[in-house]
Amino acid sequence: MKIIVCLKQVPDTAATIKVKPDGSGVETEGITYVINPYDEFALEEALRIKERLGEGEVTVITLGPPKAKEALRTALAMGADKGVHLSDPAFEGGDSYATAKALARAIQGLPYDLILCGKQAVDDDAAQVGPAMAELLGLPQACVITKLEIDANRKKAVVHRQIEGASEIMEVSLPAVFTAQKGLNEPRYPSLKGIMGAKKKEIAEHNPSSLGLSPEEVGLAGSKVKILKLSPPPSRATGKILEGEPREQASQLVKLLREEAKII
Amino acid sequence: MNFELTDEQKAVQQMVREFAREEIVTKAAIYDEKAEFPWEIIHKLADLGLLGIIIPQEYGGAGMDYISYALILEEFGRADASIALTVESHNSLAANHIYLAGTEDQKQRYLVPLARGEKLGAWALTEPEAGSDASSIKTTAVLEGDHWTLNGSKSFITQGSVAGICVIMASTDRTLGKKGISAFIVERETPGFRIGRKEDKLGLRASDTAQLHFEDARIPKENLLGQLNQGFIDTLRVLDGGRIGIASMAVGIARAALEDSLKYAKERVQFGQPIASFQAIQWKLADMATQIDAARLLVHQAAFLMDKGKRVTKEASMAKLYASEVAMRATVEAIQIHGGYGYIKEYPVERYFRDAKLCQIGEGTSEIQRLVIARQLLGREIS
Ligand SMILES: Cc1cc2nc3c(=O)[nH]c(=O)nc-3n(C[C@H](O)[C@H](O)[C@H](O)COP(=O)(O)OP(=O)(O)OC[C@H]3O[C@@H](n4cnc5c(N)ncnc54)[C@H](O)[C@@H]3O)c2cc1C
Repeated sequence: MKIIVCLKQVPDTAATIKVKPDGSGVETEGITYVINPYDEFALEEALRIKERLGEGEVTVITLGPPKAKEALRTALAMGADKGVHLSDPAFEGGDSYATAKALARAIQGLPYDLILCGKQAVDDDAAQVGPAMAELLGLPQACVITKLEIDANRKKAVVHRQIEGASEIMEVSLPAVFTAQKGLNEPRYPSLKGIMGAKKKEIAEHNPSSLGLSPEEVGLAGSKVKILKLSPPPSRATGKILEGEPREQASQLVKLLREEAKII
Repeated sequence: MNFELTDEQKAVQQMVREFAREEIVTKAAIYDEKAEFPWEIIHKLADLGLLGIIIPQEYGGAGMDYISYALILEEFGRADASIALTVESHNSLAANHIYLAGTEDQKQRYLVPLARGEKLGAWALTEPEAGSDASSIKTTAVLEGDHWTLNGSKSFITQGSVAGICVIMASTDRTLGKKGISAFIVERETPGFRIGRKEDKLGLRASDTAQLHFEDARIPKENLLGQLNQGFIDTLRVLDGGRIGIASMAVGIARAALEDSLKYAKERVQFGQPIASFQAIQWKLADMATQIDAARLLVHQAAFLMDKGKRVTKEASMAKLYASEVAMRATVEAIQIHGGYGYIKEYPVERYFRDAKLCQIGEGTSEIQRLVIARQLLGREIS
């Protein structure tokens, strides 16, 4: 079974993010980067499917700057077989659509039975690349899955989706695109041997022309959405400590909730 | 000259840092309080290959270099020094001694399970009456037909009560002093081999430390490790690598002290301002950071030379001496910066302080490191 996993390199979730003074982006100095946590669930699931079936191939693919190769190496160290890196200045600044388009084009040139992504990237939280890619590839999709079972004949899969107040169980024909939610599995750490072995694994490089795309179709130029400005969330106001007898405090609290917070 | 880490070294550092953050840091205080050996974590270390870091892949290890090894132990030192000591003594002492001196057959039988993490290793030199003066050990091994008979006691042995495979130094010719010492591989189940008291320690309480007793313990003849009467020479080589390990762990403990102090100094307000705005605190932080970098550079120098196949007796001793002193100073200052809160168990700096002390004692005290360094400087004639 050939499985493709799309992943993105994002700032470590433990990092403190600072917006650049001009609002054009975030400060990258001193930030460590990791594989997007939801993409790790997708990768882990792919590796487990391969291990369960006793055969198969897991290809990881990313679109990102040269530094994003680290994420591919980590994925290879965890056990993926091959990497594909879409790396070119022309890809930069793309929205979900431009990214999905480039990824879909790269995937079209590869054999696959299943495509897994994270449900969203924790940096821009758009949650669109997976579904957009499925549309562009003309494949069925199921998003935010917490369980995945491949049928014995490998022609279909049963997935569990988290929906409001319930879990939805769907049968989907393969190949398909699934996006992973927390709870799908517990991702492994790359072992030392995995890390040592990763450098010997192949990473294919792509630019727009090797994908048959013009520079106008990718990155910022090929985007439908442009980011005008980033601004940090408003800093939280300091808390208020109410004084006096419990009775007075309670009436003050009600007053504040009604008049200042306007929530009752 | 290039201070840049390779991609693999960075990847290993990141993996261990994340693993430590997720799986170790939050549990360190509990294991410390209970003085419990963290088997659950040890099994995970085994799965990740962290019990065979420097052992070549052909013997079940990961075949990594000493720079990676130093990076790994620094991360463990930062998270929980008990784990660092366990990983260090298993890798550097037990497994590495068998790797350096063992026959092919011994490596297949004993090194492979150690490197794969199927069994833990212990390495026993120290005795109740032979610490710094290790050449005066009294444990004896006598060849009787097809086996050796061991008699004597070992003290303060890391992994003493949990190891499946032990390397034991014993005297094979009392008349020859240190030139009459040999090493032996002893399995846990050996009749006549008994585990004695488990030590109740100031720090590193989640690391296992126990006495070992040998009462006519019979060991197969072929379990002599290395050449007869060459055990002490091999021991010194083993300790060269071990000291790089202890030094790395010390750098990690010192870094924990600094990182926690930085955070606390920015948060704690006195006299209407964060205590970090007082120059007295700033100078402490600046000294800690400077000394930690200097210590790490000494560690990486020794590791680098080791990777180049050089003898590193002096450099490893310097790294171990300096890094352990830095760890002690940094942890003392960390408590000072935390004030009363540093003295109570709610904050981990008091644990860093207790753990750091061992770095000045184990694998040769600071006094002995100075002796080793001076001997390298002056040559044999003087000392
Ligand atoms: C937690 C822990 C784990 C350990 N793990 C192991 C292990 O796995 N395997 C193992 O074999 N051992 C182990 N040890 C033992 C350790 O290596 C010894 O404790 C250490 O070498 C010091 O020996 P000692 O305790 O007998 O002290 P002593 O040698 O009695 O030293 C007492 C003091 O005298 C000083 N001193 C001694 N000789 C000189 C000299 N010539 N010049 C100046 N000063 C001197 C020392 O520096 C020290 O300050 C461990 C110890 C501890 C505490």
